[in-house]
Formats: sequence, C-alpha cells, structure tokens
Amino acid sequence: MTCLPETTNKKLGLVIDLDICVGCQACATSCKEWNTGGYSAPLSDIDPYGADPHGAWLNRIHGYEVGEGDASRTVHFPRSCLHCETPACVTVCPTGASYKREEDGIVLVNPDTCIGCKLCSWACPYGAREYDSNHGVMKKCTLCVDRIYNEHLEERDRIPACVRACPTGARHYGDLGDPDSDVSKLVAERQGYDLMPELGYKPTNKYLPPRPRRDGTTATNQPAVEQPAPATGTTIENFFAWADKMLST
Amino acid sequence: MHPAYSVIFFTTASGAGYGLLTWVAVATLARTAPTDWRFGLISLGLAFLLITGGLLSSTAHLGRPERAWRAMSQWRSSWLSREGVLAIATYVPAGLFGIAWVFFETTSGFISLLALLAALFAIATVYSTGMIYASLPTIKAWHQPWTVPVYIVLALASGGVLYLLIASFFDGANSWPLLLNALVLAAAFAIKRFYWQTLDTDHALPMRYAATGLEHLGRIRQIEPPHTQENFVMREMGYSIARKHAEKLRRLAMALMFAAPALCIVMMMVTGGFATTLLALIATAAMAVGLFTERWLFFAEARHISMVYYGQQAA
Amino acid sequence: MSSNRAPNKTVASNDRHGQEPSIDLSASPADEIKCTTCYMCACRCGIKVYLKNGKVRYIEGNRDHPVNKGVLCGKGSAGIMQHYAPSRLRAPLKRVGPRGSGEFKEISWEEALETASGWLGDIRKTDPRKLAFFTGRDQSQALTGWWCIQYGTPNFAAHGGFCSVNMAAAGLYTFGGSFWEFGEPDWDHTKYLMLFGVAEDHASNPIKIGLGKLKKRGAKVLAINPVRTGYGAIADEWLGLTPGTDGIFVGALIHELLRTQQVDLDYLVRYTNAPWLVIKNPGGDDDGLFARNDEGRPLAFDKATQSFVDAELADLKPALSGTFTLPDGRTAVPSFELLASRYLTAEYSPERAAKETGISADTIRRIAGELAEVAFKEEVVLDIPWTDWAGRRHDKMIGRPISMHAMRGISAHSNGFHTCRMIHVLQILLGTIDCPGGFRYKPPYPKPIPPPLKPHGKPDQVRASEPLGGPHLGFPTGPEDLLIGPDCKPTRIDKAFSWDAPLAAHGLMHMVITNAANADPYPIDLLFMYMANMSWNSSMNTSGVMEHLTAKDEATGEYKIPKIIYSDAYYSEMVPYADLILPDTTYLERWDCISLLDRPISDPDAAADAIRHPVVEPDRNVRGFQSVLIDLGARIGLPGFVNNDGSPKYPGGYSDYIVNHERAPGVGPLAGWRGKDGSQIHVGDPNPDQLNRYIENGGFFVDHFPDELRYHKHVNKGYLDYAAKSGWLPKDARLTFQLYNETFQRFRLAAKGKGSCPPPETHRKRIETFFDPLPFWYAPFEGTMVDTDKFPLYAITQRPMHMYHSWGSQNAWLRQITARNRLYIHTGRALELGLKDDDWIWISSNIGRVKCQIRTVEGVNRNTVWTWNALGKRSGAWGLDNDAPEATEGFLLNHLISELLPKRDGGYRFSNSDPVTGQAAWYDLRVAIEKAKPDEAGETSPRFEPLQSPINVETPEVLAFGTSFQEANR
Ligand SMILES: Nc1nc2c(c(=O)[nH]1)N[C@H]1C(S)=C(S)[C@@H](COP(=O)(O)OP(=O)(O)OC[C@H]3O[C@@H](n4cnc5c(=O)[nH]c(N)nc54)[C@H](O)[C@@H]3O)O[C@H]1N2
Ligand SMILES: Nc1nc2c(c(=O)[nH]1)N[C@H]1C(S)=C(S)[C@@H](COP(=O)(O)OP(=O)(O)OC[C@H]3O[C@@H](n4cnc5c(=O)[nH]c(N)nc54)[C@H](O)[C@@H]3O)O[C@H]1N2
Ligand code: SF4
Ligand code: SF4
Ligand code: SF4
Ligand code: SF4
Ligand code: SF4
Ligand SMILES: [Mo]
Repeated sequence: MTCLPETTNKKLGLVIDLDICVGCQACATSCKEWNTGGYSAPLSDIDPYGADPHGAWLNRIHGYEVGEGDASRTVHFPRSCLHCETPACVTVCPTGASYKREEDGIVLVNPDTCIGCKLCSWACPYGAREYDSNHGVMKKCTLCVDRIYNEHLEERDRIPACVRACPTGARHYGDLGDPDSDVSKLVAERQGYDLMPELGYKPTNKYLPPRPRRDGTTATNQPAVEQPAPATGTTIENFFAWADKMLST
Repeated sequence: MHPAYSVIFFTTASGAGYGLLTWVAVATLARTAPTDWRFGLISLGLAFLLITGGLLSSTAHLGRPERAWRAMSQWRSSWLSREGVLAIATYVPAGLFGIAWVFFETTSGFISLLALLAALFAIATVYSTGMIYASLPTIKAWHQPWTVPVYIVLALASGGVLYLLIASFFDGANSWPLLLNALVLAAAFAIKRFYWQTLDTDHALPMRYAATGLEHLGRIRQIEPPHTQENFVMREMGYSIARKHAEKLRRLAMALMFAAPALCIVMMMVTGGFATTLLALIATAAMAVGLFTERWLFFAEARHISMVYYGQQAA
Repeated sequence: MSSNRAPNKTVASNDRHGQEPSIDLSASPADEIKCTTCYMCACRCGIKVYLKNGKVRYIEGNRDHPVNKGVLCGKGSAGIMQHYAPSRLRAPLKRVGPRGSGEFKEISWEEALETASGWLGDIRKTDPRKLAFFTGRDQSQALTGWWCIQYGTPNFAAHGGFCSVNMAAAGLYTFGGSFWEFGEPDWDHTKYLMLFGVAEDHASNPIKIGLGKLKKRGAKVLAINPVRTGYGAIADEWLGLTPGTDGIFVGALIHELLRTQQVDLDYLVRYTNAPWLVIKNPGGDDDGLFARNDEGRPLAFDKATQSFVDAELADLKPALSGTFTLPDGRTAVPSFELLASRYLTAEYSPERAAKETGISADTIRRIAGELAEVAFKEEVVLDIPWTDWAGRRHDKMIGRPISMHAMRGISAHSNGFHTCRMIHVLQILLGTIDCPGGFRYKPPYPKPIPPPLKPHGKPDQVRASEPLGGPHLGFPTGPEDLLIGPDCKPTRIDKAFSWDAPLAAHGLMHMVITNAANADPYPIDLLFMYMANMSWNSSMNTSGVMEHLTAKDEATGEYKIPKIIYSDAYYSEMVPYADLILPDTTYLERWDCISLLDRPISDPDAAADAIRHPVVEPDRNVRGFQSVLIDLGARIGLPGFVNNDGSPKYPGGYSDYIVNHERAPGVGPLAGWRGKDGSQIHVGDPNPDQLNRYIENGGFFVDHFPDELRYHKHVNKGYLDYAAKSGWLPKDARLTFQLYNETFQRFRLAAKGKGSCPPPETHRKRIETFFDPLPFWYAPFEGTMVDTDKFPLYAITQRPMHMYHSWGSQNAWLRQITARNRLYIHTGRALELGLKDDDWIWISSNIGRVKCQIRTVEGVNRNTVWTWNALGKRSGAWGLDNDAPEATEGFLLNHLISELLPKRDGGYRFSNSDPVTGQAAWYDLRVAIEKAKPDEAGETSPRFEPLQSPINVETPEVLAFGTSFQEANR
C-alpha cells in the first residue's frame, strides 16, 4: 500500500493565493471543526484550558515578514498537506496506513492501521503531518475526502471546508492534473509554484505569489495635475476664479 | 529532532545486541570463540535480551503498540518495515544457532551456516535501522553517506566490548578479539568523525530550498506563529541544542565510546584474569554511556527542514 | 551510499487494485441542519448548524445570507467550542464573598428575579436616576433602550461611546450615513479603496469578501495605518503614518485637490450645502449661521437669476464664492468659500502634513493625483435609469469609483470626530457618496442630517414612576438640547450631552463606573450591566476601575456603588464584581432579533433583518437575557410590559415580544412577513406565524431593491419613497450633505456668550475651539498634556481577526492560536533602544506600567508600538487554569490608559475622550519602554489575585471533541 500508484486518475489539490490571504484563520478553524468530527475524528486537544494548550490541526497559518525597510512585506502563509505526487511520507510508512489514492491522488492515513510511529511526519518536509497523541495515530489534511464526494451535501458544497469558509476567496480547489480546470488555468495565469521543488516530492498544491505592490517603490511617480499657470493672485483666488468659470459654463 | 528515550534505548541496545550476535557468530565461524555451551548461553542470551528489550522499548514510542505487528507489512518500500522484518527474521538463525550450541553443544557444520546467517541478518537489520534515518531527505544531518556506517560500526563496537566482557570469563578476551576490537573502535572513531564533519559543513550552508517561495523578496522572519504554544511538529522536529553544548557532549561521547574502551583494550592486552574482566566491564560501561550520549546527540543535533516554516534560518 | 534516498517506489496500478482501504466517502454529517445567526462577533452572519446525536457537529456559512454569502470567519468556525465552553455560567448567582473575590452561591431564578425586581422597583418609585443601565455588545438595544424609557431613568446607553461614536456622529452630521456597519464600499465597482485605521471591523466577513473581489479585479487598495497586518498586508500600498494624524493627511489631500482644481463642483452644487450662504458678522449673534429666508430655508445666490433663492431648489446655478450683501444688509459668503479657504492655506500643505504624519509630501501629492485620476478619468457608468428627488430623469447611474472606509484608527482618538468628518468632506469633494464605485449606504440609512431625534433626560423629563417620554440618545442641534440642569450640571451619570460631551450620541459607557464611584455628578444605587466586561478589557484604567467597583464609603462601610446586577453568559472578569448574576444562554440556545430598528444587517442593495432561535436546548439553569428583562419589566409593572390588568404583556418572553411588540402601529422588531397572513413587509400587523416564516427562510428576511433604487439613495426618488413607506425617512425628504455644519456654530456662539445657555467658564474655550463648523485637525490630547520627551511612543491596539474581545480566550481552539500577546515594535527603533526580539520590557504611561515581551517587526510606524487587543486575562476567569498563558504572559494596555485627562487650567478633569462626542480616546496613549531586569523576565505585570470560580465544572485535560461522531463515520 505504501507503494505509490504509478499515476492517479486525478490530481486533486488546493491553490492558495498569497496575494489575498489576510491571515484570518478561518480556513484553520473551519478545517479543525469539520475534521474533528469527520474522517479524522477526533483531532484531540491537550491541556485545552490550561497552561499549555495544543492539539492536532491540519492547517496552520503563519505570518511572515519578508525583506527590509520600505521593500518589506507582510505575507500570511497557510500550510497544510500538499498531496505530493511522490511523497516519502507514504513510502516510509511501515504499516501501509499511509497511502496515496489512485483515484484522485489524495494522501491519506488509515486511522485503523496506523501504529503512530511518526516516521511519516519525519519524512514530510512541509511539517504537514500532525500526530494526535491522544488518539495514538497520525493525522493530516484529507483534502476533506469525506466532503468532496459526500452525497449528503449539496453539490456546490462538495469542496473542502477550508475553501468553503475562506472569506477572501484565497483558496481554490480542483483537479490540477487537468490542464483545463479552473485551478490549472489560475496557476498558469498567476505563475503558481511548488514549495521546495528541489526535494522532488512534487507537491500537487500550488501557491500563487503576492503581486508586486503599487506604492512609492514601484509606482511611476505620477505627478498631480499641475494648476494652470496663475495669471495673477494666490492659489485661493485662482481656485475661486476657476470654480466660477466652471459653474458659469 | 526530539531525542525520544525509547528510541535511543532501542537503537543502542538492539544495536549492541546485533553487534554482539555478529561477534559471537563470526568468532564461532573463525573458531576463535570459546566453545563452552555456557559461553553460548550467556553471549547469545545477552544478545537476545538486548535485541528483544530494544525492540520492546521501541514499541513504547508507538501510539498504538498493540498494532506493532502491522509494521512488518511494507517491506517493499519502507526501511522501517524492512528493519522489522529483518529483526524478526534474525531470531530464526540466531535462535537455532543458540539452541544447537547450548542444548546440543555443537557449533559446526550446518550450524556454522546458521551462525553466518545470523550475523548477516543482524548486520542487515542494523543497516535498515541506519537507512531509516539516512533515507530521509528532510533531515540533512542524517541524509548523508556516513549515517549507515555509523550505525553498523557502532553496533559492532558496542557488541565488541560486550563480547570481550563475556569472553573474559572464559579466557577468550585475548589476541584476535582484542585486536579486532581495537580496529573496530578505530574505524568507529573515524566514521563518527566523518559523520560530524559532514554534518558541520552541511549546516554551515545557507538554506537552499524555496520553502515559501518568497525567498526572492528578501530575508524571511516569522512574526506570527500559527499557534502561540508549541505544536507537535515544533516539539518533534523543533528540538535543538546549542552549538557549544553539543561540542562538549561530542567530546564526552568520543571519550567514552572510543578513548576509554581503547585504553581498556590496550591494557587488557597485557593483563589477564580478573583484571581483564574488570577492564572489560569499565569499557562496557564507558561505551554504554558514550553510546547513549552519541545517540542522544544524533537526534538533538539533527534539524528538520520543516522548521524553516517556523522561522529557523537554515536547514 | 548515494542511493540512500527514500525509495519512491511506484507500482503498476493493477498491483494495487483493491489494496486501498474502503472508506465511507459519504458519511452523513448531520441528523438535522438548522439555520440561525452567528454571534461569535457583531457581524451577525448567517450560519447553518449541523446537529448530530443531539450535539453540534459543524457550523457553516449560509450561502443565501446577505451578510456573509456563505463564508465564515475564524471565530464563527470555532463556534462549537464557544457553545460548549466550560466557562459557561450555570445558574443565577448571589454574591457571598467580598466584591471581586468570585465567591458566589447559586440561587433559583425566582429568588434572582424577586431580588432584582425588588431593587429596581424601589428605585423607580423614588428616584429613577439612581439606576444606571448600560449594555455592552448588545444587539437588542431596541428592547433594552425601550425598557429604560419605560423605567424612566436617563442613564442608559450601549457601548457605542467607547467604541466608535465618532464615526457614527461624524457621518450622521455630515451625510446621513456613516462608516462602521452602516455603509460599505461598492465592492463590485470601486477602483480605488482607502482604508483608514481598520483591522477587522464589525463587517468582518463582508470586508474580506470585498477585498478579495477588489484584489481579483486589480483595483487599488491603499491602507492608511500605523501598523501593517491583515488588510494592510495585502494592500497595494501601505502608509504607516503617525497615529492621530490622519486629519492632516486628509486635509493635505483636500488641499492638493483644490490647488489642482480637481473637485466635482457640479456634485457640490447639486448635493451639498456648498452654495449655502453663511452670515459674516463677527461678534454678532448670527455670525456663522446660515442665511435663511422667512420660512427658515437656507439661501444661496443664484447666478442665473442674480437673486437669493432657496438653496435647496432644483436646477440652480449658485455661486460657490464671493461676498454677498443680503437684502437685509447683512454680509454672507457661500460656505464653500470658507471650506476651500481653510484647506488651501499652508496649514494643510503637503509639506506641513508630512511633518506631522511622517508621510512624504511627494507621496501625499501622488495619492491626490491618483484620486483625481480615478475619480475624474475612470468613472463608472451603469445603464440604470433613475429619477431624482426633483423628478428629473437620468438614464444612467454614474459614479466616481473611489471608496473609503474608516474605523477605530480614526474614531479612537480625541480628534476622531473632526478627522472622520474630514474624510467625508474628501469623499464629497470627489463626488463618491452612494454612487457606483463609491461608498454606499445600507438601509435604513441615509437618515436626515442629523437624524431628527433629540436625547431625553432633562431634569423635567425624569420623574418617579414615570417613563422618560422619549429615547435616551439622539442628535442635539444646539445647546438647548443638552441634558443639563440649570446649574449646567450633567443630568446623566456619564455626562453625555452635557458641556463635557455635547454630541455624545451613544453615551459614555467608559465613564459610568468612575463617575458613579466618585458621585460625580451624583451617586447611584444600582448599576445594571449586560454583556460588557467592564472590570477588564472594556475599561480604561482597568486597575482603577476595579478599585472603584469595590470602593466603600468610609462612614457607612457600604460600597460606593451599592448594588450591581450583571448578565453574562460566561465567567468573565466582570462577573465577580456583581452582587447578582443573571446567567444568559449561548447564542445557539436563544431567541434574538437583529432588527432594522437597531443595528441592522442590511446590504446596500437590500433591506434585511434576521433572528436567532434556539437550535439546541440549554443544559444549564440559564435564561435568555431579553426574556429575563421582559419578565423584570412585568414584575415592576413598567408600562408597555403589562396589560391593563397588570398581567405580563409578553408571557412568552422575547419571542412573544419580537412578534407582537409594535413600536408604532404596524412597525415591530421584524420587517418580514408582517400582516395577519405574512404578506406585508416593514409595516403591517403582527403575524403570529412570523418566526416560523423566518426559520423556514433560513433565519433572515431580505428585500432586494429594484435596480433603480440601488444608488444615489439620498436623492433618488424611488428610494426616498420606499424609505418613507418603510418608516425610515420623513416623506419627501431630500438630503443635502452638510460640509459646513451649522449645529457646531450654535455651540460655538454659546461659548462666546451668545444665547441663553452659555457653557461654564471651565468649558468655554474648549467648546469654542472644538465646535468648528468645518472639520479641522488638532493634535490628540494626551500628547499635548503629558511630557512627550518622557513618553515618546504612541501605543495602540488591534483586534485579532480570530478573537472577539475577551470572549475568544475561553474557546479551546481559538486560544491555541493565540494564548498570549506581545508588544510589537519597529526593528530599527528597538535597536536604538537596545532591545531585541523576545526581550521582556516595561511599558509605562503617565498612570502606570505594564510588563510584557516584545517582537520586532518592520511593518509598523517607527514611533508606534502596538499589541493585539484583549488577550490578557485575569487568573481564574474564563474557566481557564490559573497559570494559563493569557494570565501569566498576556497583557492589557488598558492599565495604562487613563479615563480622565490630567487637570486643565481650571482644575477640572475632562474625560479622556473626544471633546465633541465623548468617544473614548483609547489610541491617544503615549508611552515609554525600557528593558526589564533579567529577574523580571518571564511573567507579565500587573497580576491580580486569582478569582475564585463559582462554576464547579472540571475542565478536561484532553479534549477529544468529535469522538462521538467517529463511529457514525465509519
Ligand atoms: N485597549 C483597548 N481597549 C478596548 C478597545 C481597544 O481597541 N483597545 N476596544 C474597545 C471597544 S471598541 C469595545 S466595543 C470594548 C469591548 O469590550 P466588551 O464590550 O467588554 O466586550 P467583551 O470583552 O467581548 O465582553 C463582553 C462580555 O459579554 C459576555 N458575553 C458573551 N456572550 C454573551 C451572551 O451571549 N450573553 C451575555 N449576557 N453575555 C455574553 C462576555 O462573556 C463578556 O464578559 O472594548 C474596548 N476596549
Ligand atoms: N475579530 C474581531 N472583530 C471585531 C472585534 C473583535 O474584537 N474581534 N471587535 C468589534 C468591535 S467592538 C469594533 S469597535 C470593531 C473595530 O474594528 P477596527 O476599527 O478594525 O478595530 P481595531 O482593531 O481597533 O483597529 C483599528 C486599526 O486602526 C489602526 N490605528 C490606530 N491608530 C490609528 C491612527 O491614528 N490612524 C490610522 N489610520 N490607523 C490607526 C490600528 O493599527 C488598527 O489597525 O471591530 C469589531 N470586530
Ligand atoms: S505534504 Fe507532506 S504529508 Fe503531504 S503528501 Fe507531501 S510529504 Fe506527504
Ligand atoms: S505514524 Fe502511522 S501513518 Fe505514519 S508512518 Fe507510522 S504507521 Fe504510517
Ligand atoms: S482540505 Fe480539508 S482537511 Fe485539508 S486543510 Fe482544507 S479543510 Fe483541512
Ligand atoms: S481563510 Fe483564506 S484569508 Fe483566511 S487565513 Fe485562510 S486562506 Fe487566508
Ligand atoms: S464575522 Fe465571524 S464571528 Fe462574526 S458573525 Fe460572522 S461568522 Fe460569526
Ligand atoms: Mo467596539
């Protein structure tokens, strides 16, 4: 099972637009809420009301600052499993609990056979696997596999919880294996990229880069339209002369 | 990486066990081992205890130890699975070898084939253990040519001093075993130093990966962590140790794993009887502490690439 | 060894066939889904609550809902943990230990209600003023306010006074709408958005949806904010100006637009009072007032007819400049001349503004150029014909696609009112109010300018056992509307509508406790509060306020505030300071009504309101507060709450009231499905089936306007008629934007000794200065009163998007995201101060000091430090362990913010508020920071005695919510 399928019929994944993400955490909590009662149930929380609250989350949002001074930027960066095409997290798994679905490329953990050895989390460069110490098994983003095909949900709601919640529309979901899909087109148009391509895991999820800013560092300094050469008088007089002229025509 | 005691104990104890098994098997094959069935009982028994104790301890690290048996199924792709399979497989030749020796007092003929198999399986198991770590591209410290040799040579070195200790009761801790042991220690010393050298030069390199894809915009700082308390990934992968502190521990490990046992062995060459046993005991104790330190450092010094997302600058 | 790479072994598919475990891809997520309204914050989004095995399984946004259109924020998505929080109060409580200790005894509802009605009834019979009823995050002000009117106390307000009354008042006195949640940018058409001082705001989801649209469309977003986070992070441009200087920045933009002759004169003539003539009579009684004809209509000089005419007639060609001699001989100038003259002076030059704001003059000029470019060269034209107020037909709706939004970064300063008005002036000069691409009203706005409501509570309006006769809050238009006694003394406990804060349209909740404890202007007997954490994060000078709450009269040994009743749903820091606790339900357990009479959830294109209904039953002995209030009203026999025979009028509680209460004939809390058969909207008889109809419709009602009504609402005949029919506007209203505001001049004249009602000497100069009829910029007060060499830094807060004030921290999920806060400081500035990341430091202000840990960042103004708001908690509160990071490492800036300003010359201490509206000036704070000693690091300061908890619920060490759904999923 931990052998990877040669190909998958689809490459379902997420596209995350760093140009729009405001770091609101909606995708993180919505993910937690859906998944704590879903396929990954529960996503345990340790010391939830105490000194050291922490738990299993499948999606986490970082806040970064990049660059210095005027050129610096603040970027919010959501991070979850990228459903890699050739991920070592699957191949290292000794039990077969980790697997990549042939049908759609989703990488899953079977909570019934996982022994909680955590090796897969060591093999994931993206820090996307989260061990649930209370449940004793590994958890990870399931791409909401129990939503996207769920016939109890309206068709338009058969998308991941995080995408469904995201208020800015920074998250997109679709088949990245199909060059004609909306997500593939978006990636092409906005130069979506892979995280750590050098490692060869071939992430399915793509990130869209923040667009260049349009501020003093980039704007062509468009000068304000200059006032017509004053014949005589002060700015105030000229202004009223102009106003008067405008209103008389 | 977080140094988990159960894993440290597992790799060191079972490593020593496999090392000891290898020594006994090879010495038997080479006809330099004491042939006394009691030697067989004690040496193979100790190897069995160390291996089994280590394996059992490793399950303490599991979230679901009762499912540990499942770990044998993925030998086609997983080094951990292979390790499990080989570990279990080793019991067969090793067990038969032991039974033949202890109960039938024979170590020759078909039995020497069993000894050979036991030794091969033991080394293969340790090789797999090493490969579990060495195959992870996410941890540069481990993903290097010296990781597997370190595991093998340290298994042999620790198994070696144990061999000497037991053999000393049977007047077997002399000549060849001592010389071989000294050679193994020297090799281990060199290999571990190569390991550390590689790790140090690699660590000095700047971050090479486009972790966020924002690297071209300038230096990246995490100003808002996803969660204010540490999460699993940070606890597991985020463990780190100060350079200075590590340096000290490295020296300590080197002294205890190599210098002290080497000194003992040199002295054993000129002593005999109880003094040899005492020296072997000292060597064993030093080796145990040294190895434990080495293994602790093996984890503590290793940095996981995912920590760049949490603001670590280099990986 | 080169091959020691994890083998990415692939296997031909037929090999794997059948090996994947079979999983249920279609597990039923709910037995039942109920639609209601979120209340993790005041945005009030529509939600669908998934219920399984009687438990809440999931909460998702309702796609049909006008507010959130399906999306949900970080808080709303953590609703489960809010609802099941162990900090929930479980039964009515009576204080048994000293105030502030947290020692309580559980009592029955009967005892609680009898105690409360006993106290309330006695006061009403003697001196209703002795009850002060103040509500915090109240969404039922239409009820609570009305209850207080019937009770007869003048002392009622909700939280607007410490929140954003500057925004409300500035807008309502200028263009009949406002920022805050009463309007929004035209997200679908705007090409240029200026965001002033917004971190999150009440329109939490709508702003995010909108920004997403703008970014995708390539519109420019300009964030003006000392701090760059959230919205600023994705803005196309960030201007990190110095706090409190937006006024001069905007003034300079106006200066540039005027200087370069780029304003929409046509728009000014048609829609504003720019042409209205202002009398020039220095020293006279009428100086600065509008010239009016005999009917009281304002006059303009029409150039076409060369005569003085009613300035509000259609099709005039009025003069915008010049000096005119009126028929009666007085001199007058068009108000626009005064306005243009003010902003064209060097005082508002980009160079001067650059000095104050830290934004270069070139940048200011560039921004002005960009505004002009987009406004005048890129107009948006919609093919929608409409008719204006004068009956003129227009075949298109044309807009200048610049929009602005501003919130507490503007309002929470002592110059916020004028600054906000200045932003409105900028919008109006560009012609961007309620046009395609501009800033749009949300119905029932626009209102008349200002709304024709006067505050009640004058001495003769307050009588024992009598109702007040009218609403508490309103919009004074002159000194005669103030709520003061003959001695000029305030009649309200918070001094709202007194000379201290004449236009305090939302009251001054932040002053109530301090004033009551100081018996200034008078002592009270009973403080009744609802949903406001006043002993903690919603107070200024928190430590001082805790002392006020426990202060005793030395002579009698009684508390200075003798009785306190409080309703909360959770064990907040305020609970221990009350004598009687009325425990509320959670938002999923009660009836509620989000009414057009209140703070509505309308969309610019539709009128809307909504309900909450119990989607789960309470498992504790708690009751919805509104039902309790109605019960109390009946017990003390308030008019409107009892029938003639004395029996309760709404025995069914709040849901009964929502359906059957009529404010005016046919007008009730809800606008949808009125009339016996549910066929009417806005006005119609009560419909007994109304709530069911709401529930069937997903919990809300929405009436989408025909296209013709969508824009230009202030002058759109179709809309004005609709609004009149709905009871929102008087008939035939047409609204004229008030650039120059006469109301202010009336107060100013009084300060100059004109009229019958002059302010006391202590207040004269202040009134004269700050009641300028044209907006102006002045430096925020604190900086002018404390030694700024000693306190060189500005200190402000921001709302975290995933936390709602103090109440997010009890949420097991949200607190994992942020369990503590830090002080953020500019990297370079920190270096200068010898500080580095993670250092522990002391922040000090003129009233105290707080210890905390820093984080250095680039995205902040160099002179400013900031932190996330309301994360610091008191040990023992909120169902958290005493050593929770919120208490040990989290901190509040509130300890440093004084509620009173230092003494002025006359020895009088004004509140730390805007002089016009009384808005709390949270963000005027000036501080110094210094490194803490090594042995001081690691823990925040101040820390207080841990509170004892009256809630006997074990908090779990491990929370595995969802385990119970696990079975069902496999
Ligand atoms: N330093 C600083 N201080 C500030 C601000 C700032 O920006 N900086 N902002 C100010 C502003 S604008 C505001 S509005 C205030 C907000 O401050 P508060 O109005 O005090 O808001 P909360 O902290 O949310 O507290 C509201 C109380 O309502 C309770 N509550 C929650 N749900 C329910 C319910 O369903 N029923 C009942 N009865 N009670 C409930 C909570 O438990 C809590 O005790 O803070 C102000 N304080
Ligand atoms: N998630 C969440 N949402 C909330 C709330 C919450 O607690 N949490 N509270 C609700 C309430 S009660 C309110 S009142 C609203 C308030 O909503 P916001 O107005 O967004 O409130 P703040 O977070 O106070 O944001 C004020 C912003 O102004 C900036 N600022 C401070 N001083 C200045 C200045 O002088 N000039 C400029 N230009 N900017 C300045 C600050 O950096 C900050 O970004 O939010 C509401 N929505
Ligand atoms: S992101 Fe990590 S967990 Fe997900 S598939 Fe890739 S390697 Fe595996
Ligand atoms: S933790 Fe579970 S999924 Fe991960 S490698 Fe171990 S058995 Fe496989
Ligand atoms: S796809 Fe589903 S599981 Fe994955 S991050 Fe989004 S919500 Fe979480
Ligand atoms: S919900 Fe959307 S905007 Fe919010 S943090 Fe997630 S991706 Fe970013
Ligand atoms: S913005 Fe979030 S918390 Fe506020 S009402 Fe909407 S969903 Fe609920
Ligand atoms: Mo507020």
